[in-house]
Amino acid sequence: MLADKYRERIDGILAKYPEGHRRAAIMPLLYMAQHEYGYLSRQAVDEVAGILGLDPTEVGKLIGFYTLFHDEPGGRARVQICTDLPCALRGAEHFADALCENIGVQLGETTEDGALTIEAVMCLAGCDRAPMFQVQDSEGIHYHENQTVESAMEIIEGLRKQAADD
Amino acid sequence: MTEHIVLRHRDIPDIGQLEVYLKHGGFETFTDVVKNKSPQEIIDVVKASGLRGRGGAGFPTGLKWSFLGKAKPRYVAVNADESEPGTFKDREIMEHNPFQFLEGVAICCYAAEANHAYIYMRGEFWDNAARMEEHIQQLYDRGFLGKNLFGAGFDLDFHVHLGAGAYICGEESALLESLEGKLGMPRLRPPFPTVNGLFSAPTVINNVETLTNVPLIVSRGSDWYRSFGTEKSPGTKIFCLSGNIAKPGNYELPLGTPFRELIFEHGGGIPDGKKLKAILPAGASAPILMATDEVLDTKMDYESVPNVGSQLGSASVIIIDDSVDISWVEYKITKFFKHESCGKCTPCREGTYWMLHILERIHEGTATPDDVDLLDSVAQGVQGKCLCALGEFASGAVVAGVERFRSDFDLKVASQ
Repeated sequence: MLADKYRERIDGILAKYPEGHRRAAIMPLLYMAQHEYGYLSRQAVDEVAGILGLDPTEVGKLIGFYTLFHDEPGGRARVQICTDLPCALRGAEHFADALCENIGVQLGETTEDGALTIEAVMCLAGCDRAPMFQVQDSEGIHYHENQTVESAMEIIEGLRKQAADD
Repeated sequence: MTEHIVLRHRDIPDIGQLEVYLKHGGFETFTDVVKNKSPQEIIDVVKASGLRGRGGAGFPTGLKWSFLGKAKPRYVAVNADESEPGTFKDREIMEHNPFQFLEGVAICCYAAEANHAYIYMRGEFWDNAARMEEHIQQLYDRGFLGKNLFGAGFDLDFHVHLGAGAYICGEESALLESLEGKLGMPRLRPPFPTVNGLFSAPTVINNVETLTNVPLIVSRGSDWYRSFGTEKSPGTKIFCLSGNIAKPGNYELPLGTPFRELIFEHGGGIPDGKKLKAILPAGASAPILMATDEVLDTKMDYESVPNVGSQLGSASVIIIDDSVDISWVEYKITKFFKHESCGKCTPCREGTYWMLHILERIHEGTATPDDVDLLDSVAQGVQGKCLCALGEFASGAVVAGVERFRSDFDLKVASQ
């Protein structure tokens, strides 16, 4: 249970918001739950709702609204390539296609070894360093910019190796 | 320009370290303000400087602060949700000149008589947010945050709050909803956030770049600040240059710099022997411009860009060369807005959905000749009917694209 395991951290998060407005802690707590369980399962949502004394529906409805929350398990790491207009003008769509071909998946799919989910996402504020992508995993979110297919494949191989070692 | 006001790390490389920032006068202004100035004096100097909101709307900052309701507590919410396609300036400030930004937030809190600031950073800035937490801790350790600052009876706390991937949360009232743990959907106004904002309290919401200007405005005065830029758009602005350009990146230049200078002198022109075709002056959110001589000679400031049919907005200038089909540009922009529409207002939710459908047909080669007019008619139907600007941005992009580059759409459809 999150409430037992992370009592101190949860208290720290709740203390950031004024009395009577603790609902503001939903998003930080959802991040915590997602890192603990890999995705936001029904149980994770119930736990966050329990901590805040809210109806699970009040918590669960946020998941579909915000793209960094996931209600289904994906790969151990999510490789999220920006293919929005500024990056696309610098070849990001071809870059994304080439990566998918090399990995052997389509955008939105997870590799058979469960290591990676490859996704196309909207602007990440890295337009001047396109092509670029972010990797979202249980540790957090990291940017990789000024990429080539070769440099990206090295990072991807590294992520696969990490997944195999786990 | 010889000196940067906001991107000062380009002049003072290690200014991102607190010791270096302090050595260059960092937090002297905040200390002086808390010890010796009244909140009204700070509001007056920011008002006199003519500083305008750098997030896109260009609203006068000092005026916004002066609208604050009398009730307490009050809050400052910092908009660090930088998500406009083509915008990457707040990120550079927070990564490389974080203490000047934080001092700006602190001075704003004092002027607003707020004891808490929430810095709402987009969730993707995960690593940056972790560093921001460390910087804030350093400020507590050095006595620039906490209780009874400088013995003057002013308490101040900063909190970092992470978003989770939703462009709409850059809209100020949606940001407040999101911060309160709800869906990031815009609020009906009035009441405005300055009267009824975060947790129903009077709230100032400002962009990162706006607040980073404040320490130097307060220490050097409004006349100094007004020596840059134009009368109605004083100061400097970070122009984010992206797309088909030789040297993409951030350029801090006086407001009123012409497009031509930004693109050809600073940005190094259009690469690969191609020609400049179109300019998006404010990311996806302002109407696309044909790169005519009139447009290129237009000054990039809040009053001049509307004269040629667009907006300065957040000054995220996306450059498009002559190999690009504008119907594809509008397809990409509409795909973005359809994804980011929060769904609260029917015209925006449905309009972006149908516009994308038609643009997909055009893009995939199954459109009929009537589809271009149909697209225009759907876009016109959205305009002026939504609670926030997203619906306006989405429809305005399509209307301007069809009006100014009609032949690109007709050619694309005719070739099918």
